[in-house]
Amino acid sequence: MANFPGNARAVSADGANAALRERPLVSLRDVSKQFSNGTLAIRGVDLDIAAGEFLSLLGPSGCGKSTLLRIIAGLGAPSAGTISWPTAIHDASGHAERQLGFVFQDPTLMPWANVLRNVMLPLTLARASKADAVPRAAEMIELVGLKGFEKAYPRELSGGMRMRVSIARALVTRPRILLMDEPFAALDEITRHRLNDDLLALWWQQRFTVVFVTHSVFESVYLSQRIVVMAARPGRVMADFGVDAPYPRDSLFRTSAEYGRICRVASEALAQAIAA
Amino acid sequence: MNDLSKTPIVPHDGTDAEARPVFATERRVLGLPVSAWPGIIAPIAIGILMLALWEALVRIKGIPSYILPGPLLIVRTLVEDWGTLSEALLVTLRVTLAALAAAIVVGVSLAVIFTQSKWLEKSLFPYAVILQVTPIVAIAPLIIIWVGDIKLSLLICAWIVSFFPILSNTIIGLNSADHNLINLFQLYGANRWQTLRYLRLPAALPFFLAGLKISGGLALIGAVVAEFVAGTGGSASGLAYRILESGYQLRIPRMFAALLMISLSGIAIFFVTSTIAYLALRRWHESAVAREN
Repeated sequence: MANFPGNARAVSADGANAALRERPLVSLRDVSKQFSNGTLAIRGVDLDIAAGEFLSLLGPSGCGKSTLLRIIAGLGAPSAGTISWPTAIHDASGHAERQLGFVFQDPTLMPWANVLRNVMLPLTLARASKADAVPRAAEMIELVGLKGFEKAYPRELSGGMRMRVSIARALVTRPRILLMDEPFAALDEITRHRLNDDLLALWWQQRFTVVFVTHSVFESVYLSQRIVVMAARPGRVMADFGVDAPYPRDSLFRTSAEYGRICRVASEALAQAIAA
Repeated sequence: MNDLSKTPIVPHDGTDAEARPVFATERRVLGLPVSAWPGIIAPIAIGILMLALWEALVRIKGIPSYILPGPLLIVRTLVEDWGTLSEALLVTLRVTLAALAAAIVVGVSLAVIFTQSKWLEKSLFPYAVILQVTPIVAIAPLIIIWVGDIKLSLLICAWIVSFFPILSNTIIGLNSADHNLINLFQLYGANRWQTLRYLRLPAALPFFLAGLKISGGLALIGAVVAEFVAGTGGSASGLAYRILESGYQLRIPRMFAALLMISLSGIAIFFVTSTIAYLALRRWHESAVAREN
């Protein structure tokens, strides 16, 4: 695969490159994670994530992409290496104010709280007043297409709607970066396509940064400006390339020859990563 | 923020929006759905049948009332002795409810403390178990001697019997919060108090309520058993003493009437705690929601 020397950009997206020339939003240097049972989950990952970028971490299960995402989120420190937030405000003790939202594979909603209170949670925990939090949560609920369901409880919603609530909750604090851990993997294909489109629309409107973990080549190509392919045992970065297709993308893009070509490229990179 | 919400995503007609909240559309009779009635009528019918059999047996065989009174006589005695019995009922219920309240306060507080500190849990939980497994009949005399005041002794006995299910259930509940939700709370920098208030306590609610249902019945049993042991006489005595007294005086119908009151109280307590549990959980917990399939 001459196209794909490791860690090099075979196809490049101008936008992503231009952004990277500036200071990245998140910068990982030689990050490794070893679990207490000895498993080396990730080894020596270098990664710069540009502000406003839509980046997918693509790889087979067990390649440490979720672990990497959690480390970026601050859920568990790396065993070695550094993560820096060059453009973030740092507090007195040197901790970066990361301003992130996280979407788990499961919607992870509080079953005892209705949609509004679930979406309000990050604001509640930040001790925002109700007068401030309710309109912000309501606006976000409308933005993900769930207006009218504010008083519904999670169990009264379908899987896709629950995931929308989860996304609304992650975005309600207006984070600079949205971390998504295979958020749509458990959904049916029709729902997944719809949520893909809506996620892209939200990203296009609001210009936050997205790091999207997936094992689906098609999903990563459809969504991303840039795809980082990871290999397993130990988890490491195998390829890193841009998806050079303009936004907004829609079903026309999904059926285009260009989409097919990039999917093939990404599939080959993934196959190589699995074989490695 | 207006610039951001110019093009909200419209709700969809199909696919993932198809699951709307489900509202019961079944026909209702006297406020209850038609399908609920057989479940209510069947046990009542069985009850009436058994009572009729009992009454018939007593009459046909000519069983004397000091051995087995018929249900009609028991009801008549209940009405005639209502003054004494209702007073005794109030005494027993007061002890029961006070003990249950104490069980809730102490059980939940201890559970919260235990989940905040593993060391406290490790050091104290064994003693809670010892309290639970020691038969109350065996320690009631000691408690009565030590405490002196009979009412307070009864309350302590009923409390000892009833607090453990609340404690152990609530501990499990507090520890059963979704791990991803705990991570989420960490991400947003929630402190211990916020995690407790917004996550652990609500997650523990179904478990606590299951414990409450058990403890309600146990508090009544504890109150009655302790009174049997204490054997308090006089005007301030509860139903247990009335049963003892009726036994000594061979007033068996009255004994049955007192027994009936204890059973009905137990049923009432169970009904109330079940209703509380249902109302608190019906919107969200699998144990209480109505399913259509």
